[in-house]
Amino acid sequence: MGSLPEGMNNLGATLNAGVPISWYLILSAILFTLGVAGFIFRRNIITVFMCIELMLNAVNLSFVAFANQHKQVSGHIFTFFVMVVAAAEAAVGLAIILTVFKNRDTLNIDEINSLKN
Amino acid sequence: MPQNLWIIPALPFIGFLINGIFGRKLPKAVINAIAVGSVVLSFAWVVKVFMTAGNLAATPVTEHYFTWIKSGEFQVGWDFTVDKLTMIMLFIVTGIGSLIHIYAMGYMAHEEGYYRFFAYLNLFMFFMLNLVLAANYLILFVGWEGVGLCSYLLIGFYFVKKSATTAGNKAFIVNRIGDFGFSLAMFLIVINFGTLNFTQVFSAAPGKPTETLTAIALLLLVGACGKSAQIPLYVWLPDAMEGPTPVSALIHAATMVTAGVYMCTRSAAIFTHAPAAMETVALIGLATAVFAATIGLAQNDIKKVFAYSTVSQLGYMFLGVGVGAFSAGIWHLMTHAFFKALLFLGAGSVIHACHGEQDMRHMGGLKKYAPWTCITLACASLAISGFPFTSGYFSKDAILGAAYAHAPWMYWVGVITAGMTAFYVWRAFWMTFWGDYKGHGHPHESPPSMLAPLVVLAILSIGGGFFFNVPEILKDMFPLAEGGGDEFTLTAISVAFGLAGIALSYYMYVMNKELPGRIATSLGGIYTMVYNKYFVDEIYDATIVNPIIGGSRDVLWHGADQGLIDGIVNGVGSQSKGIGEWLRLLQSGSIRSYATWIVLGSVALLLAMGLASGVVR
Repeated sequence: MGSLPEGMNNLGATLNAGVPISWYLILSAILFTLGVAGFIFRRNIITVFMCIELMLNAVNLSFVAFANQHKQVSGHIFTFFVMVVAAAEAAVGLAIILTVFKNRDTLNIDEINSLKN
Repeated sequence: MPQNLWIIPALPFIGFLINGIFGRKLPKAVINAIAVGSVVLSFAWVVKVFMTAGNLAATPVTEHYFTWIKSGEFQVGWDFTVDKLTMIMLFIVTGIGSLIHIYAMGYMAHEEGYYRFFAYLNLFMFFMLNLVLAANYLILFVGWEGVGLCSYLLIGFYFVKKSATTAGNKAFIVNRIGDFGFSLAMFLIVINFGTLNFTQVFSAAPGKPTETLTAIALLLLVGACGKSAQIPLYVWLPDAMEGPTPVSALIHAATMVTAGVYMCTRSAAIFTHAPAAMETVALIGLATAVFAATIGLAQNDIKKVFAYSTVSQLGYMFLGVGVGAFSAGIWHLMTHAFFKALLFLGAGSVIHACHGEQDMRHMGGLKKYAPWTCITLACASLAISGFPFTSGYFSKDAILGAAYAHAPWMYWVGVITAGMTAFYVWRAFWMTFWGDYKGHGHPHESPPSMLAPLVVLAILSIGGGFFFNVPEILKDMFPLAEGGGDEFTLTAISVAFGLAGIALSYYMYVMNKELPGRIATSLGGIYTMVYNKYFVDEIYDATIVNPIIGGSRDVLWHGADQGLIDGIVNGVGSQSKGIGEWLRLLQSGSIRSYATWIVLGSVALLLAMGLASGVVR
């Protein structure tokens, strides 16, 4: 990671030295599980949407942690891709949510099932 | 010089293609021109071949078109050959075929499916010509099967009638039995001779063991019995009268049914070296002749009378072949083609006159209304009765003379049959033309297109035997049989029996009309048996047909097909359905439950991977 500025390099080294990778992974797992739990148990469509974002970012954290651990740039690149997709998804998703709310006057995910049957 | 023999069958085949494919859209005049024209042109080509071929006895014309089957040493080519025997058959098939086509224009004029009828008829001509032109057994077999197919199609021509389709099926299925025998004979020939070519087989035949030749000849005879309606396979021919009358005349009287006689004559080299088979041929022929003639005595349907008469006359031909008088058999084949085609066409004209009525008890007195039909039918009836110097007289006496030389008792049985033949044909004649009209509507004479063929055939029936002396023509192929006994006496006796039959029928059906009824009642059981054709159909039904149908239905259909095969197939289906019923519950449509399943699944997967790699203990 020679291309990074001097300060950042130092920070990385500090983090590497001080925080073991398992902490990042545990945090990532906790965030992901929270996201899954929220996705499964919450009714509000915006909350569900945010939980999906949470899961994506939990994964991003793992990517970055591993990238740092193995000194590989591909982990970062994955993260950027995920963020780009997440941004696009947020734009489309929020637009859909807005339209749904306009039409159905509800954000309860259980009531938005007109495609079924 | 190539004779281009292929043109002879090709012309009707082109007619079949045009009428079969485009016939629905063509006007009747065009259909007529194509159907009749192709057959007449084919006849013209036969004449041309006859004029230019030179001495057929010394050098038969053989043409090879292409090799059909080639397997090591064994070769079958698409070969046609013409010798004198073929020439006679070609003249009969194309000549009588042309006349009947012309007749059919008038007879079928008002029928549905006009083009279909002529397409089938042309197809029949194609296959029949193939049959007689063949230079090996396999090509002959192609024609043999083809005419069987056309026979089936034309018997079932009125396919909305249940009886017609049943009769067609019966003809086809009974012929399968015969064809099975024919196929076996061909297999034996291939094994023993290594070829199917007539010339090679016949030149090698004298050197083969008698048992082999007898087996081949008997199997060929099985085939001939099927096609030519001999005992025990004759049952299909009377039912075949369900077809239109021109079909009965062309296929079931003049040409196709004689194919068996032609085939046996063609195979003379095999038969003459198998005396036991010859004896069998003669016995079957004689038995059929008598048996069918007795049935003919009591029939009331005019076409049924002539149908049994055909069976009986075919029996005569087989008798001729069986006693070694091959050329006499072919002679009778030819004269029979003349007078029996005429009888059927005349019967068609009578039926036409009576508005579709076929029962002779509802006819009578037609000589006033249909004089031409009456005169021509009288010619045919004289010929079939063996009236002196008509065509039937010559050919029948040739056969009977040869039968006497072979075994006198055969001659006597044949003569008695001749008497019965004369009786039932003239019985039909008197019942139809004499007395008063007992039918409905107003009878009328047929149109000229129907009468012209009748007149031509009447001339041939009277003079055909005198002008075309077949044994003389064929004497290079089949040496003339030397007469046994006093020829004049033999002839006189058979003529006397024929005349007696005519006289008796006149006495019973014109002079003394109550007599037949009285005789029928006094005979009681015998009459019932004859009237019901000896219950042969019923016996066949009980012993062969019903067991096969029963076995097919109960064992093969209900047991094997419905029980076993359907059971397996349906079982697989219903099991899949059961599993699906259960799996269906998983697909609830709720995203949340899917997500739960995914989570649980991934956890399980991770656990499994962990356990496997030893990370989790």
